[in-house]
Amino acid sequence: MKGEKLIKKIWNSMKFPLIAIVLGFLVGAIFIIASDNSPIVAYQALFQGSLSSFSSFGETLYKTTPILFTGLAIAVAFRTGLFNIGAEGQYIVGAISAVAAGWYFQGLPHLPLIIAIVISGALAGALWASIAGFLKAKIGVHEVITTIMLNYTALHLSNYIAKAVLNPQVLEGTEKKAHTVSLTDAGKLTKLNEIIPQFEYSSAHTGIFIALAMVFVIYILLFKTSIGYELRSVGKNPDAAEYGGINKTKNIIISMAISGSLAGMAGAVQVAGLLYKVSQTPNMPGYGFDGIAVALVGQNHPIGIIFSALLFGILSNGSRKMQIAGIPKEIIGIIQGVIIVFVAADQMSKILEKRKKAKIKPKEGDEK
Amino acid sequence: MNFTIIIALIASAFRLATPLIFASLGGTFSERSGVVNIALEGIMLMGAFFSVLITYLYGSAWLGVGGAILVGIVTSLLLAFMAIHLLANQVVVGVAINVLAASITAYFLEMVWKRSGQTTSLPKELSLTGNPQSLAFLEKIPILGDLFSRFTPFVYLAFVAVGVSYYVLFKTPFGLRVRAVGEHPRAADTLGINVYKTRYICVMISGALAGLAGATLSLGTISLFREGMSVGKGFIALAAMIFGKWHPVGAMFACLFFGFTEALQIQAQTIGIKLAPEFLQMLPYVATIFALAGVVGKATGPASSGIPYEKGEK
Repeated sequence: MKGEKLIKKIWNSMKFPLIAIVLGFLVGAIFIIASDNSPIVAYQALFQGSLSSFSSFGETLYKTTPILFTGLAIAVAFRTGLFNIGAEGQYIVGAISAVAAGWYFQGLPHLPLIIAIVISGALAGALWASIAGFLKAKIGVHEVITTIMLNYTALHLSNYIAKAVLNPQVLEGTEKKAHTVSLTDAGKLTKLNEIIPQFEYSSAHTGIFIALAMVFVIYILLFKTSIGYELRSVGKNPDAAEYGGINKTKNIIISMAISGSLAGMAGAVQVAGLLYKVSQTPNMPGYGFDGIAVALVGQNHPIGIIFSALLFGILSNGSRKMQIAGIPKEIIGIIQGVIIVFVAADQMSKILEKRKKAKIKPKEGDEK
Repeated sequence: MNFTIIIALIASAFRLATPLIFASLGGTFSERSGVVNIALEGIMLMGAFFSVLITYLYGSAWLGVGGAILVGIVTSLLLAFMAIHLLANQVVVGVAINVLAASITAYFLEMVWKRSGQTTSLPKELSLTGNPQSLAFLEKIPILGDLFSRFTPFVYLAFVAVGVSYYVLFKTPFGLRVRAVGEHPRAADTLGINVYKTRYICVMISGALAGLAGATLSLGTISLFREGMSVGKGFIALAAMIFGKWHPVGAMFACLFFGFTEALQIQAQTIGIKLAPEFLQMLPYVATIFALAGVVGKATGPASSGIPYEKGEK
């Protein structure tokens, strides 16, 4: 009986994300047909290109790594009833701090240096998100607006630091570059192809294991500790939580800080795993926004997020293969957008269910 | 600093502020009625692309502007439907529209022009980047004439839009209803105001204005469309709306201020400003955070902004 209940529970939480994914691919197919291509060929290229060999799967893993972090980040905030649209900015400050830590601690051996880099990214992200957490908790400023503003502030700040503080010209006295100094070899994460040669040319790195470890940590934190219980209580019903003696203010700040630290780690791991430096750019990296989709499709559950991050990793890796097959790469963005729209509608379906139930059992004193 | 540079700086500030003004007015309408419009960015992009596409296909720039407005309304309907009828999370839908807009515009760009990155430039006779012929007499005004000669039709339109928005929101029964719905939808509903209809209209107005903002970016600036050309302008407009305390005139001043910082940053070298341009770029966002934190006057939005309204709830 208990197993049956569990299966039903899992199915209920998976139902709407699955419908959203199917609809996303259907709408994508319409756009593929409109571009005079075959959806079958396109989707074959997409999945073959991202799953068919060690090498292509490795590339998918590499694309999955940062959004696994940001998806988790956004889910933690969602669980506390907060919308952290600022994972983007927290990623940026995490990345630039990783470079700074890599430079500052460059004498250290491999493992301690990696730890220093990842922790500095996490701290920077946590601090950056805490600005929004603090303003929300103390003054009641909506976190969506502050985190958006902090995203662009982070972008320009990072560009400035890359240009004027961590630039090779400043630190090493070489010519001016459009990017920061690079991490030393000791600060770089191991590539998976050094452990398993079959990964060949893929960029996959051990960062994926750090991400998976964080999934585990967050799962334990959210569901097996009192901290997690408090965070989730504030998310479910802040007033009831307060009556129950849970400090709402404290939990909002903690939740944003944890969320920010995960997004910051995404930036640090991306730097240590592949980029090794931060370039000046006018554009947002996009992992923060992808993380929103990952969190929603994964139903804000760490286990669900592993699968949804993998799905979005497949989409983003396969898009190149689709392009080689002559299909516009924008299809992927359209699929992603449609999935987010329909996942947003899933909240509606919950409300409809509630209404149906309310109709069956009309409550007394419905009117206030 | 000589006089020509000052004129150039002011003119550039006005031109850069114009798309922000349209979009922030759009944001104001939407939020005043209780719907958060994160999608301004995406709707602007849609307007920017489709105004160029329609101008390119039909050979009339004003038709292109009309098309941008229409496309803006259509795009905003997705937000309206999801947010108002399906009670979806407005921020999530906004994010989705931004993702979709970036991809759909790039998709059609590739379909129509068979290239990616940017469209070809529109022919000169279809450009709206100069002072309109009908207002050429303004250029004869001493001193200020130079300034007017650098304006585009959109600059004048923006100020008209500010006036109209102010009038509609604060001097008409409709505006009163909008504000009531945004502050306390239940009370408004009790008084017989149709909450859903009011919100629909406001989100559509918001879409129209954001579409127009997009046309300003493409037709009114460089006569072509470039992928992702809104680069955060929708979010600056959102900031301006907050900085201007959800008031059309306040939003206008905030946009002019933000436009001026952008103009300064572009012309920093000619003027000889030593400050790194990155700090000027940061300014609008940092200023908004301070405004929200209550350091520079308290910015408080409409009470029910962002909360879906359900009839007969509670």
